[in-house]
Amino acid sequence: MSDRSIRGAAAITGFAEIKPERRKPGRTAVGLAAELAKNCVEDAGLTKDQVNGLITHIPYSHNIEFAEYLGLKPVWSHSVDQMGGSGATSLTVAAAAVATGLADNVLVIVCSSQWGGFGGGTEPSPDGHGAQYVRAHGPGPGANYEYAQIATRYQHLYNLSDEDRVNIAVQQRENAQANPNAVFYGQPATADDILNSRMVADPLRLLECVMPCIGGAAVIVSAADETDYSPNPPVYLLGAGCATDRGVPGLSYAPDMTISPVKVSAERAFATAGLTPQDMDIAQIYDCYTIAIICEFEDAGFAPKGEGGQWFASHDVTYKGEFPVNTHGGQLSFGQAGSGGGMSHVVEGVRQMMGRGEGRQAHKDLNYAFINNNGGGLSVEASLVFGKGVD
Amino acid sequence: MAEQELKRPVPSSNALTEPFWEATKQHKLVVQYCEGCDKLVWYPREICPDCWTMEGIEWREVSGKGRLHTFTVIRQAADPWFQQRVPYVYGVVELDEGPRMISGIQCEVEDAVCDMRVEAVFEDLDDDWTIVQFKPAS
Repeated sequence: MSDRSIRGAAAITGFAEIKPERRKPGRTAVGLAAELAKNCVEDAGLTKDQVNGLITHIPYSHNIEFAEYLGLKPVWSHSVDQMGGSGATSLTVAAAAVATGLADNVLVIVCSSQWGGFGGGTEPSPDGHGAQYVRAHGPGPGANYEYAQIATRYQHLYNLSDEDRVNIAVQQRENAQANPNAVFYGQPATADDILNSRMVADPLRLLECVMPCIGGAAVIVSAADETDYSPNPPVYLLGAGCATDRGVPGLSYAPDMTISPVKVSAERAFATAGLTPQDMDIAQIYDCYTIAIICEFEDAGFAPKGEGGQWFASHDVTYKGEFPVNTHGGQLSFGQAGSGGGMSHVVEGVRQMMGRGEGRQAHKDLNYAFINNNGGGLSVEASLVFGKGVD
Repeated sequence: MAEQELKRPVPSSNALTEPFWEATKQHKLVVQYCEGCDKLVWYPREICPDCWTMEGIEWREVSGKGRLHTFTVIRQAADPWFQQRVPYVYGVVELDEGPRMISGIQCEVEDAVCDMRVEAVFEDLDDDWTIVQFKPAS
């Protein structure tokens, strides 16, 4: 690993989020992104003219088109597409930009729309992998079948019970009861409720799979020593790691589909920060499916491999607990606004570190937070370590 | 939509993969082989992912025998033709020669278990397309 480091070079000064909902009649992706831009810049304490960097991940809209739509003339801008990992990855790209002086204040926006949640709207290649080797075998919709196959193999190797697998979903549902913006707010659920929901792809039940929604989130990233403009306490980026070691559909060709590239991305993030998993006070970890968060949690070093499900069953990971995880309800209970689903973990980490968690603020002091975004069937991972200060 | 109007999705091909699809029509399973690395490669590429040769890649017939590495039972399909056939088994097969392939698994849903022995079975979809799937080894 290089001696050069992003540690403490950048900070997040503000955020905005749009409530995820199944439908938002009349709303367009660029309209949602514009709302996020306006609210986020205002939250950070900036004016439009002070934003000179832009990163977007908006369905069917390029960052260049969107800059014009917003009336922005950024000196540095990018589209970032790392599937579900786009939010956390964008943070690292923005941090690198402000650390090297390419831009001063970078607005990062990730959202979904009624026309699609992920990517820039490109169609699969007509002679690509999916068309040639997958389509004629009848895969299920979304990524259900991919994560179901990971779960099958995982249970074969580690003997995970259904009850232990869904425990994290139960606790996140409890978190969602304190978040009025969550799609499952007002609808508590027990392990039995989840296990008795319809089987969609064995062994995964409906309530172990994310609810596709329309929404999104945004943050402002600035150089760590130039955040005095903001009324918010800055949240510093102390560590970051991005890794991919398999393609899409990633699981088929990975040496062990139950071990994700989080092993690499988290190790790099912790090494950059000079911290360990045990130093973290809270974690926001991508949970498109129950099995996904179990694998990521283990591979980041929070539980031994093969014991993540049992770990959640014996620890309180609600906002009231010893080690809060996915305090917004996780995507399973908050809803997944396409790639904005990953961004929801980033924003929730910032929100908690700023002490703005309202009814779901963690019942403990928070000095360090771990964030993980995952995409493409555990094929791309982005890990972040946030700090209240830079020591 | 009535069932007779639905059509099973068929694969597609390109210049690189034409030999694979020609082989399946003859009920043979072939995968790429890199001479320099002495390794089999699946899925087909224009470059060897190990040594990056773009020259020494050829096609080799494999046994079609292997193990069911993992699977799921699809109970909600993405495609309407398949939706009328749920539940069915879909999985990843590890060939005895090494490579893993995505495939439909022709067995009862309750019979699928990880690492069970499987063998290739060829299904002629129409005059143009034959796909390889797997079933429990006899």
